Amino acid sequence: MNFLSIFVLVPLLMMIALFFAKNRGQINFIAATGATILLILSGILTYLYLTERAAGNMAEMLFTADTVWYAPFNIHYSVGVDGVSVAMLALTSIIVFTGVFASWRIDPLPKEFFLWYCLLSIGVYGFFISIDLFTMFMYYEIALIPMYLLIGIWGTGKKEYAAMKLTLMLMGGSALLLGGILGIYYFSGAESMNILDIAQKTIPLSAQYYLFPLTFMGFGVLGALFPFHTWSPDGHASAPTAVSMLHAGVLMKLGGYGAFRVAMYLMPEAAHEMAWIFLILTGISVIYGAFSAVVQTDLKYINAYSSVSHCGLVLFAILMMNETAMTGAVLQMLSHGLMTALFFALIGMIYGRTHTRLITQMGGLMKVLPFLGVSYVIAGLASLGLPGLSGFVAEMTIFVGSFQETDMFHRVLTIVAASSIVITAVYILRVVGKILYGKIQDPHHEELTDATWWERISVVTLIIAIVALGSLPLWISNMIHDSLIPVVNNLMR
Amino acid sequence: MQYTSLILILPLLSFIILGLVDSKWEPKVAGTIGTAVLGIVTLLSYYTAWMYFSSADISGVYQRIIPFQLEWLRFTEHLHIELGILLDPISVLMLVVISTVSMMVHIYSLGYMKSEKGFERYYAFLSLFTFSMLGLVVATNIFQMYIFWELVGVSSYLLIGFYYTKPEAVAASKKAFIVTRFADLFFLIGILFLSFYTKTFDFGILTSGDATVFASAAGASFMGISLMNWAMALIFIGGAGKSAMFPLHIWLPDAMEGPTPVSALIHAATMVVAGVYLVARLFPVYDLYAPDVLHGIAYVGAFTSLFAAVIACVQTDIKRVLAFSTISQIGFMMVGLGVSGMGGHHGLGYMASMFHLFTHAMFKALLFLGAGSIIHAVHSNEMNNMGGLRKYMPVTHITFLIACLSIAGIPPFSGFFSKDEILSATFEFSPYLGATMSLIAGLTAFYMFRLYYGIFWGKENKQHHTPHESPFSMLLPLVFLAVVTLFVGFIPFGEFVTNDGAPYEIHLNRTVAVISVVIAVVSILLATVMYRKESTIPAKLGTTFAGLHKAASHRFYIDEVYMFITKKIIFKNISTPIAWFDRHVIDATMNGFAEVTQWTSVRIKGFQSGRVQQYAYVILLGAIMIAALVIFV
Repeated sequence: MNFLSIFVLVPLLMMIALFFAKNRGQINFIAATGATILLILSGILTYLYLTERAAGNMAEMLFTADTVWYAPFNIHYSVGVDGVSVAMLALTSIIVFTGVFASWRIDPLPKEFFLWYCLLSIGVYGFFISIDLFTMFMYYEIALIPMYLLIGIWGTGKKEYAAMKLTLMLMGGSALLLGGILGIYYFSGAESMNILDIAQKTIPLSAQYYLFPLTFMGFGVLGALFPFHTWSPDGHASAPTAVSMLHAGVLMKLGGYGAFRVAMYLMPEAAHEMAWIFLILTGISVIYGAFSAVVQTDLKYINAYSSVSHCGLVLFAILMMNETAMTGAVLQMLSHGLMTALFFALIGMIYGRTHTRLITQMGGLMKVLPFLGVSYVIAGLASLGLPGLSGFVAEMTIFVGSFQETDMFHRVLTIVAASSIVITAVYILRVVGKILYGKIQDPHHEELTDATWWERISVVTLIIAIVALGSLPLWISNMIHDSLIPVVNNLMR
Repeated sequence: MQYTSLILILPLLSFIILGLVDSKWEPKVAGTIGTAVLGIVTLLSYYTAWMYFSSADISGVYQRIIPFQLEWLRFTEHLHIELGILLDPISVLMLVVISTVSMMVHIYSLGYMKSEKGFERYYAFLSLFTFSMLGLVVATNIFQMYIFWELVGVSSYLLIGFYYTKPEAVAASKKAFIVTRFADLFFLIGILFLSFYTKTFDFGILTSGDATVFASAAGASFMGISLMNWAMALIFIGGAGKSAMFPLHIWLPDAMEGPTPVSALIHAATMVVAGVYLVARLFPVYDLYAPDVLHGIAYVGAFTSLFAAVIACVQTDIKRVLAFSTISQIGFMMVGLGVSGMGGHHGLGYMASMFHLFTHAMFKALLFLGAGSIIHAVHSNEMNNMGGLRKYMPVTHITFLIACLSIAGIPPFSGFFSKDEILSATFEFSPYLGATMSLIAGLTAFYMFRLYYGIFWGKENKQHHTPHESPFSMLLPLVFLAVVTLFVGFIPFGEFVTNDGAPYEIHLNRTVAVISVVIAVVSILLATVMYRKESTIPAKLGTTFAGLHKAASHRFYIDEVYMFITKKIIFKNISTPIAWFDRHVIDATMNGFAEVTQWTSVRIKGFQSGRVQQYAYVILLGAIMIAALVIFV
């Protein structure tokens, strides 16, 4: 059995175990144990990966395995990881782990909730370990479907509308994607759908011209690319806490990951030709998302628009097509994943107490909820790029990397994107000032109790990860950087 | 000199420990730990300074020593961020300044903040600030400086907003952070430009004067202005934001909402001079590759200095007066740098600027701590609530007076020496600028003595209770700093700090000295006449120059301009429309697709009615049509 497949197997076993769980205690035990195992496994994987690399194994993908799955169409179940996927798997494990603790008291139907939650994790893990286009796509779809039910059943507010909207828009994206993937396979003339094989082939430029936009936009919808981002505010606002965490924390990263792993890597010529169009769109995302966040009053909307801005930066950096910027993009995926999961976790916890998410109805919460308040400030500071926390490392790598492109177009866009750091500070400090500082708005809020132990586990884990990534970034940045060299070499071809 | 890394590590540890325990320990314990740690740091800084100035002098030039450095993040082959410690005359000077003032503030706060809630949090933040500020000054490369630059920004934000239940404090902290963040954006872009063309972040390489480093930058230009000018100007904007230069000064007066010891430490002595330090650090680059920008800095400094001095003359909140005075004095330092050249006598301005930074840190910290002592006694910031306090607070009174004399430039107090050297350097650069600066020095003496008389003389105000002198823990720092202010002027500063590392002997410029002393004395006399006893002159002057008086009282409406830009333009005319556009255009389009789909399916669902007759009817109709086609076409 291949080591990587365990990542898919563990959630599957969790699902089986959950069928037999009788009460909330057992359900929580199964979920927590499984999530802890996954967290440990990704730690082990990172360690194994680094030792293997240190031992001089320079293969593009490590721990590969390949099984024919459906022979007539040459579909294989092939898995393998490089530094980028290792980092993304670690991110997924952290978010899945903290998500479990954030849904410790999920109501109603805890069993069903965790069943869908595990299915969602299977999809995400599977996506990151796959190197076969079709398998990848299949896992992608597995990750999308549970979202509909998770939001539709356990959500709040206009949940049916939001669930429908989110699913349909993402499905629309995956329809484009399917077209793109099939096109890539046929035009490349490869023997299999394995990404590494296809990368050796050259897809005719005429085909790339429409396959690249299809693929990039397909993944871009998930990465909240302007103007296909509108599922995000509604979707996140209605989703239950853990689902928001997993969705913004990991699922949106599928977009960025796929965009460079499939679109850029396999179609470098078209990427060069057409990058400018998407650079403009992502540049708009970055600024537009930030400005939209400034005037929102619902905490989840603020964070959703902030995600549009931050994820825009991911795609923006990928399109810069040099190692530094792309390293920054991956770091930004990690950083944004952790930050936004922390944000959504905290928003969920605050909402669970105050029963409102409107910043106009809150105030002075620092006094009654010091733990949550301080954590919120830390999340905010990470989001606005304070050194020592993850956001800074990612953003600076992106800006320095983007600045290596010398022409005026890239320069101007980089400066425009960089100016988002000011707007981010504006909306973050506005929220912090409104809800945490000042006087308590609602007398009922005097009675609120601070975080419970399971909430603390969730929050502290995320904060540790944010601080670790932000203060000791060298090893992870080098790990990602080295893995991006084949991609960049392909782009330079 | 490996031990220097402890200077950074200890305050960081103190921050982490105090931050984690929060309120679980006795407040006293937290205060003691914070102060004790800082005591060690101070001793280490003094020891470093001693070791450095006694041993780093090789053949008459102070060397640069990097006792500690590690790689933190790697961007490209050439561009990587190191975290390290750089010792050279100015960084060692700053170590001494920061640790001394910080030490005094730590001790002072034991008394001043005694009854405050969140005492531990306060000391945790002070430790964080000290760590960041020390990291900033010992930075070995510009990116390390930027990292700590942001960290001091956030510690300042946290400390200004220390009284977080007070709306003014929250607003002020937000404003301080956002304004400096805005300036930092330019700093960042400047770093990007500079590092792209020079292929390095390292200060050692940048300031080595090596022409090959700047070869590719020297040729490039953008919009007719050389790239180096752009880069260095952008970097200066970052410095101007932190150092509250016009028009980015608006955050500093509001920052006075923070606890007074914090104002003394951050907003008078250390963080606000970071911009001056930045320019000094990159001085060789400014001098060789961007002299125009350097001269621009001198004029920005001079204008800011004048502008702030005028405002300081009419403010009534004692901390605001001191804040504007700080802005004005930092302007002096900027002028000193701006008019300076490289090495020997040409480098006088640079030396003077650093000297003034040093003396100003001491006497301005003293003024703020004195103000804190007064506020502690009368529970108000307003001058109108004070008067005649000299009888009740003798120690505060004398130390405050010493500081006032020093800032006014009366010999033999320290401010006289440093200001005099800035003035002589300025006169050599341009007599007009020199004259302007002398005038500002006069204004300084005037408004400081207006403040002094307003607080300690004049009519006694009825207090709720008799004002009392502050506790020992608060008086000790006052006395210490007063002694420092008395004697520090006699340090032969040129022996230690010059921009080429070679010691230089300063001569007092007698003409300038006499002129500036005369101006200062006249201004003080004027203030005495107007403010020592109750007098109608200020009110008369106020009505004669009603327009100027009103404008200055409103700080020349710069805040209103900012409010207009942020509230009216950014919030109302950019963000709100964008948010509306997103909901009503982009999202509506997406919903539109869904509605069109639904509409279409409603229209065509009739075909799938399930009624057999209808199907038969359609089939028949179809058959007839096909038959008709076959027959007639």
